Amino acid sequence: MSETALSTSLARPSAAPVLQELSFTMRLQKIGLNPTLLAGLVLLTIVVVAAISAPLLTPYNPIEQNLNETFQPPFSPKHVLGTDNFGQDIWSRIVYGTRLDLQIGLISVLFPFIFGSLMGIATGYLGGWLDTLFMRVVDVLMAFPFLILVVAIMSVLGPGLTNLYIGFGIVGWIPYQRITRGETLATRNLEFVHAARTIGCSTPRIMLRHILPNVIGPGLVYVFTGMVLAILIGATLSFVGLGPQPPTPEWGAMIASGRQFLMRGWWITALPGFALLIVGVALSLIGDGLADKR
Amino acid sequence: MGRATYIRNRLFLMVFVLFGVTILVFSMVHFLPGDPAATILGDRGTVQNIAELHEQLGLNRPLPEQYWLFVSGLVRGQMGTSLMFRQPVSEMVLSRVPITIGLTVYTMLLAAVFTLVFGLLAAVNKGRWVDQTIRVAFLFILTTPNFWFGIQLILVLSLALKWFPVAGFGANFQEHVWYLFLPALTLSLQLSAVLIRNLRSQVILTMRSDFVRTARAKGLPDRVVLLQHTVRNALLSTVTIFGLQFGFLVGGALVIETVFAIPGIGQLLFSSISARDYPVVQAITVVSAVMVIMVNLIVDVSYSFLDPRVTYE
Repeated sequence: MSETALSTSLARPSAAPVLQELSFTMRLQKIGLNPTLLAGLVLLTIVVVAAISAPLLTPYNPIEQNLNETFQPPFSPKHVLGTDNFGQDIWSRIVYGTRLDLQIGLISVLFPFIFGSLMGIATGYLGGWLDTLFMRVVDVLMAFPFLILVVAIMSVLGPGLTNLYIGFGIVGWIPYQRITRGETLATRNLEFVHAARTIGCSTPRIMLRHILPNVIGPGLVYVFTGMVLAILIGATLSFVGLGPQPPTPEWGAMIASGRQFLMRGWWITALPGFALLIVGVALSLIGDGLADKR
Repeated sequence: MGRATYIRNRLFLMVFVLFGVTILVFSMVHFLPGDPAATILGDRGTVQNIAELHEQLGLNRPLPEQYWLFVSGLVRGQMGTSLMFRQPVSEMVLSRVPITIGLTVYTMLLAAVFTLVFGLLAAVNKGRWVDQTIRVAFLFILTTPNFWFGIQLILVLSLALKWFPVAGFGANFQEHVWYLFLPALTLSLQLSAVLIRNLRSQVILTMRSDFVRTARAKGLPDRVVLLQHTVRNALLSTVTIFGLQFGFLVGGALVIETVFAIPGIGQLLFSSISARDYPVVQAITVVSAVMVIMVNLIVDVSYSFLDPRVTYE
């Protein structure tokens, strides 16, 4: 961060008649942004606003069936993005689906992030048997394909949103633990930690007040990658029937429902995928932008 | 430490990981909330039915004994009986494993081609439009779910243009290659999206090193410098990333099998889940973990072949 500020201030006097684009980038950097990050934030804001104001943006109830208007193609007079095999309005379902898919992305990452980061600090700082134990547990969990393990867990718990979160919670914390542990190892022997110990801070206080603020950054950056993964895997799970059950508007389930009608209505499967694409690109851009800043 | 010692130690560690894998798969039935028998029976679950199924699954025996039966069965290649098909699970699963492995190997071959071609193109044209186009295109591929991407390929290449079969597996080797092309393409584009990023940055990094400058200075053509000096050094970290991605590849392959109706373990897994055929799900979970463990072993050992400087310590 300080490096960026320095290079900006150094570049300024020598490059007086800079190109418009360049000065725009520099102005962004001054307020802690870069073009990638800005593009991602703008895109995500649009998506979040759409999710919040879904009732205002949609002319139809997303789960209302109208059997007189099935398989309407996109741009038909009454339905902007057409209708599916039940005559449900696809635009309304996609917009309402935003709520659910963003929620899946958020909650699936929240608990793994908190648990993983705390465990990363604890294992990195304390070391010893706790660290060894976690290393072995991670070795075992990493042996499973992530998706298969979540699927196996959910096959015991049964389908549905709550169980999806439980499945994610059991395996999703690993990257955060590994990232934060690495950062903690690099931080634990720095002067300010020694100083804190010397003046008699308790171990929990050192871990939470002194180490945590210094090691949480990379994990936070990974949150956005994690959200993309969570949304994609959430959509995959509902595609195979383990997620929210119909007629709940969820993008993965919508894609699955249109599969039998590829010839009659390509738009039923195609359009929800673009919604996933937009959210995925928005979150990836934010993640990349934040990573570039560091 | 020599390569042989290293492999021996790795195999030893692998036994521990496999032990953990069996413990975990075993605990899923026993320690997660919910009763598998009640889940399997669903609405039909009367107290008597559930007790009978407990008996049949051996769930009423002491835990250590159950675990022992589970593991000793695995070692002997017996994984119980399918609740739905009343067939030995091991036969059902193992007969389908080669199909899934075939699909993943096919995917890896295509991904290697894409990664080398596009990764090098992007690195050589760093910052120019070729690089940007590759970056944006693969970002899009990476952020779409592979089942959706597969369906779009079916829509365009199979249904509209009629270039490829819509689904299925074929009867002989040539047909397999033909039928599995679209699913392998779907998976490989997504896999190479991750690998291209890595190879590009590694090649750019390597091109700055002294030995590349030396190679240039002594007048070797750019092509030789790139292919024989730079790529070989840059590939090492890409191979590592590949090992880490293999789990995602297997997971993706299992889903893609359901999209393209390929009779591999993925199709069996998802039909078993909806039928609540618990022993099959357990077996596939173990088999896929074993696949990931094996590939990571191969990746770790391959370092010393890719780069003679690598020693194992």
